Amino acid sequence: MSTEHKQQSRPFDRLTATAVAIDQPNVDTDQIIPARFLALPRAEQVSHLFNDVRYREDGSPREGFALNAPTAKGAQILIAERNFGCGSSREHAVTVLVDNGFRVFIAPSFGDIFHNNSFQNGALPIRLPAERIREMLDHLARRPDASITVDLESQTVTGPDNWTQSFEIDGFRKQCLLQGTDDISLTLTYADAIAAHERRAAAECDWL
Amino acid sequence: MAETQGATAATMFEKIWRRHVVVDRPDGYTLLYIDRHLLHDGSYNAFRRLAANGMKIRHPERSFATPDHYMPTNTRDKSTIADPNHKRMVVGLAEHAASTGVTIFDIGDRRQGIVHVVGPEQGITLPGITLVCGDSHTSTHGALGCLAFGIGSSEVTHVLATQSLWQRKPKAMRVNIDGPLGFGITGKDVILAIIARIGAAGGTGHVLEYAGSGIRQLSIEGRLTLCNMSIEGGGRAGMIAPDDKTYEFIAGRPYAPKGEAWDRALAFWRTLPTDDGATFDREVTLSGPEIAPMVTWGTSPEDAAPVTEAVPDPATAADAARRDGQARALAYMGLEPGTPIAEIPVDRVFIGSCTNSRIEDLRMAAAVAKGRKAQIPSWIVPGSGIIKEQAEAEGLDKIFTEAGFEWREAGCSMCVGMNGEIGRPGERIASTSNRNFVGRQGKGVRTHLVSPAMAAAAAVTGRFTDVRRLLPA
Repeated sequence: MSTEHKQQSRPFDRLTATAVAIDQPNVDTDQIIPARFLALPRAEQVSHLFNDVRYREDGSPREGFALNAPTAKGAQILIAERNFGCGSSREHAVTVLVDNGFRVFIAPSFGDIFHNNSFQNGALPIRLPAERIREMLDHLARRPDASITVDLESQTVTGPDNWTQSFEIDGFRKQCLLQGTDDISLTLTYADAIAAHERRAAAECDWL
Repeated sequence: MAETQGATAATMFEKIWRRHVVVDRPDGYTLLYIDRHLLHDGSYNAFRRLAANGMKIRHPERSFATPDHYMPTNTRDKSTIADPNHKRMVVGLAEHAASTGVTIFDIGDRRQGIVHVVGPEQGITLPGITLVCGDSHTSTHGALGCLAFGIGSSEVTHVLATQSLWQRKPKAMRVNIDGPLGFGITGKDVILAIIARIGAAGGTGHVLEYAGSGIRQLSIEGRLTLCNMSIEGGGRAGMIAPDDKTYEFIAGRPYAPKGEAWDRALAFWRTLPTDDGATFDREVTLSGPEIAPMVTWGTSPEDAAPVTEAVPDPATAADAARRDGQARALAYMGLEPGTPIAEIPVDRVFIGSCTNSRIEDLRMAAAVAKGRKAQIPSWIVPGSGIIKEQAEAEGLDKIFTEAGFEWREAGCSMCVGMNGEIGRPGERIASTSNRNFVGRQGKGVRTHLVSPAMAAAAAVTGRFTDVRRLLPA
């Protein structure tokens, strides 16, 4: 089965990797993948991550954009400013990042739908305090090859200076990620409760 | 009306949420029942994933589909869609709907249109229900007093398979508009003023309820516009308490209850508004009379200012991050700090989108266009085939075409440009859509968000113009 059809996610537990810093607030999903690439098969979307900010008209890489730095190769963590992934609900914004090797997104805040879509694709969005993000972005500006460790079980991020910061995550999301749970199968274990709700609602709101 | 006080006082959001809880897990997650579900041509992959996993749609009668994103708006002939990937989305939606029994308002059906216009128009959107769609502007539907929010494609598959969704309960925020809105001020100006105040992430994790006399004054169309852009303020959803305007709007629509069922529904709907004394996690108040016609100058909907003001100077920004952000936005937009907004020339106008393509929007634009001439290429894209017919019955199409505007077919068109209808690099567009993001309307295109009346004013003057000077008193 191709990944495109898969509802089950890859499990996530611990990761040590380099990071790419997108030092901007309000990075919207139109920037992450412009609309004109959304109808392409998933495999053909991979090269269009941040297409219009990453490449010039002639297709050559734009210097200074973080993803074009040599140190971006192999990075699995993306660090950004507030409201990352705002805007359109396009799940392609998550899948194109995942298909480029990213498993963890760290920002002070995320667009709600992007945040939900991340979990659906085995990626971990982490909210950290804005000051900590600033510190990480400044550090990465000086040392772009620095490694960061993310441990989901203990809910910690360990930065390049060996500081450790804990993060919050919903218990439900954490379990699903650790186990790579297929959420439809999980929901279907509640089939009786759904049916009971439908009977109750049909009696109370027979006009619907 | 049911009156509850003190400890039991609940917000409208709380009341709707509670009635839809299937399971509350100890870890804080809720399985929420979804009453109605909307699909569009971009939902094609969700259908495909369901079929690939050998799963069935639990309740085909609760899902409704219409193609809007990929269909060109200069034709109703699917066979003329040039891009095979686009054609696959439009044709594929109809095929999946036919094979699964989901109702579709397809190309050629007068009921086809933008999914967030079609839902309320058909009476699919009703007070008190939960409604989702794989599109962020699903917040639109909350204008009728329901809980409606956008979801991702995997979640669409989940809803098709289970008619439910895992959710953490959002917080509640109330945005009050105190006092009457001034002459010529629309729902679009109100929501842009709100987002300018709270910021593009101001409502993150919250459901926004809009309240106050400035909101009650708005027509249903104006309320739909307002709730539509809740997502641009970071809100999970937007909602407005139903009132007599709401019930009048819904009565008689095809999928709305009728006869005795209507009476029972109405009795229930009247219990929905937030109780006196209910508390919100956050509350913000804006003065209605102070809201002016708004224009965005940057690349986030929070970059909005009254047409009477000037482009801001990054040098005066509150901090370094904001200064850099504003400077980057102005460089992209090709604007100099301090330029009066009313002196910015415009290259092109787009009136349409799920934000502003309803009959009232077209009437307001026509009131400005009447007897004048468009100075720049200007498109009118109605939100549905039914709105197009109604506008033609009222003679609005004639007003537009005589003024040199282009009158087109229903769809999302230049709001998102997925169907190939985009601007040229560097082109400056006055647009009634919802996003002024970098490249949203085409690579290098500069988008300014405005109301339909302001867009029409830009069309007939070739620059941003305070529409209050052009509107008949």
